Amino acid sequence: MVAAAAPTLLTGWGRTMPSRAQLVAARAVEDVVAAVTSAGPRGLLARGAGRSYGDAAQNGGGVVLDLSAMGDVELLDDGDAVAGAGTMLSDLVPLLLARGRFLPVTPGTRFITVGGAVAADVHGKNHHVDGSFGAHVRWIDLVTADGEVRRLDRTGPAGDVALLDATIGGMGLTGVITSVRFATIASPTAFVRVQTRRAPDLDALMSLMADDDAFRYSVAWVDGMARGARLGRGVLTRGEHAEPHDVPARKAADGRPSADGPRFDVPAVPVSPLNRISLAAFNEMWFRKAPRSRDDELVGLTPFFYPLDAVGGWNRLYGRRGFLQYQFAVPDAGGEVVRTALERLAGMGAPSFLSVLKRFGTGRGDSPLSFPISGWTLAIDVPARTPGLAAALDELDEHVLSAGGRLYLAKDSRAVPATIAAGYPDLARFRSIRSDVDPHGVFVSDLSRRLQL
Amino acid sequence: MTDALDRPTSILVLGGTSDIALATVRALRSPALRRVVLAARPSQGRDDAVAGLVADGVGGVVAVDFDAALTASHDALLSAAFSDGDLDVVLVAFGVLGDQQDFEDDPDLAVAAAQVNYVGALSVCLRAARHLTDQGHGTLVVLSSVAGERARRSNFVYGSTKAGLDSLASGLADALHGSGAHVLVVRPGFVRTGMTSHLEPAPLSVTAEQVADAVVAGLRRGSSVVYVPAAMRVVMSGLRHLPRAVFRRLPI
Repeated sequence: MVAAAAPTLLTGWGRTMPSRAQLVAARAVEDVVAAVTSAGPRGLLARGAGRSYGDAAQNGGGVVLDLSAMGDVELLDDGDAVAGAGTMLSDLVPLLLARGRFLPVTPGTRFITVGGAVAADVHGKNHHVDGSFGAHVRWIDLVTADGEVRRLDRTGPAGDVALLDATIGGMGLTGVITSVRFATIASPTAFVRVQTRRAPDLDALMSLMADDDAFRYSVAWVDGMARGARLGRGVLTRGEHAEPHDVPARKAADGRPSADGPRFDVPAVPVSPLNRISLAAFNEMWFRKAPRSRDDELVGLTPFFYPLDAVGGWNRLYGRRGFLQYQFAVPDAGGEVVRTALERLAGMGAPSFLSVLKRFGTGRGDSPLSFPISGWTLAIDVPARTPGLAAALDELDEHVLSAGGRLYLAKDSRAVPATIAAGYPDLARFRSIRSDVDPHGVFVSDLSRRLQL
Repeated sequence: MTDALDRPTSILVLGGTSDIALATVRALRSPALRRVVLAARPSQGRDDAVAGLVADGVGGVVAVDFDAALTASHDALLSAAFSDGDLDVVLVAFGVLGDQQDFEDDPDLAVAAAQVNYVGALSVCLRAARHLTDQGHGTLVVLSSVAGERARRSNFVYGSTKAGLDSLASGLADALHGSGAHVLVVRPGFVRTGMTSHLEPAPLSVTAEQVADAVVAGLRRGSSVVYVPAAMRVVMSGLRHLPRAVFRRLPI
């Protein structure tokens, strides 16, 4: 018998498109199996921490499985970690650091789950060197539509590997991930040795990033509101895990990301304080406070990887109508699309927080819905209420697609099916694997319905 | 699912030849909109409505047979429409205006009008609400009328059907609270459409396009009631509070 189900309105991090589902808390694999085998006509979907921006973790009218009670962690002697799908990265990081280890890949927030990291095949600042989260997965346990619990091992039979790869980036549509074994990396201290470079415009920024491969971590924060000669100005931070001899003894205990939630929570605001004036001022201040050039600065893991985690519920700052994040990836040859996107969004005066520009390394060709492809990725936050946004983003989609690029499903809340199909040429292969393993379509989401995945 | 930029992907129109409904579909047209079902009796008007939307670049337009008065057929119709995919907006747009004098001369005509305007709408609203609740999202848009707010000597039969419909829709809105589904009650004043072309426009009259824009704005804001024009809210509030002896003498 599955634990109590409660009808709940769910949205993504962007707080834009609510739908109501039966939220069912699973405490063990048996609960997951029971829920999967008794799913009704509206199907079932596992939800992690709800940090995807759009409707990826919603299933209107159906069942949404909450796996947050499935957070057992085991650290193995070979450096691998085995974690329940509901494990928060924020809980994992302190355990790993105590052993001198760190996550192989982490996104810009630690408040996501391991299951979500696999389902969205998340990337981090080291993608150009280490790839996405999926590259480090040894095996997963997946509850499929028939109620079987399958251990899909990287070294297993071809069919299992194909299903494993489809599940990596598969947005929860192949089954329910219950447990993951993945490799970790060494982090002898809780610090990163950081190099900072400030770039006055986009050309300067992108050329600075040409030698990113010399650094394990690299990300550029771009002023998405700067126009004209300053278009694309930004601050590039790159770094390496600091070695013990880099860190003075008195600092060694600092910098460790805590498992606790944020220290400060944004209250519900009736009117969003984020507008063109306040955000332009913020971007300006943030740009000016960065050093033109600085080397070998010791930065704690928390401020380096999770700067926004300090402010809980920052998504509420966007007000009742919510916001969305437009994130695309384009091959190197399509680098001009980055400029086009910044021009279009800065040109229409869309108020946007710090945008993120990054280089991607080789993508996971075997994972049909995994987002990263070699080249550039840009992510821009925009309030949903911005006038003219729909048409502007539709037009940018065209630029992204003609450059051979794609949109990130974990961020999407407004694309149309044809845009996704054109960006993910292996979508047909994903559909075929999915229809084999789930012929009756048990696993569905609002995203999969909207985008006809 | 209506996307983050308030663009529905699918619309069901009950009363698919209504000028207001077609204007609303056009106002909601976007690359995201891929399915529009026009439910109406087979007619040249319905064929023209489909052709007109297609010519305007609306994708996935289909017509289905629907008679508001034949309530026994409604269950199958709505089940079929929802089983073909989620519906983000269900627009209840049918209705007959009739003539007050005819209604008083021949009460059977009044009964027939009530069968369409109230009983038919009751039938589809309750059924659509159930389907919307089952899918956990979506909005039922109900075209009411300010005529339902206070019965006037000149059209109280029509007004009473809209009063019933308006009460139904308002109650349904409360019933659906928290279900993920919503109800938007639209209260236009005099709308200059084919249905009213034989009448002298009343003060504050609007076009079907203005009603459509108000519906789109109401959907975006998540409103439960919109008046068209917005000033009508104040006017009707005043009229509702007039002493009857005064109200009766008004030339409206």
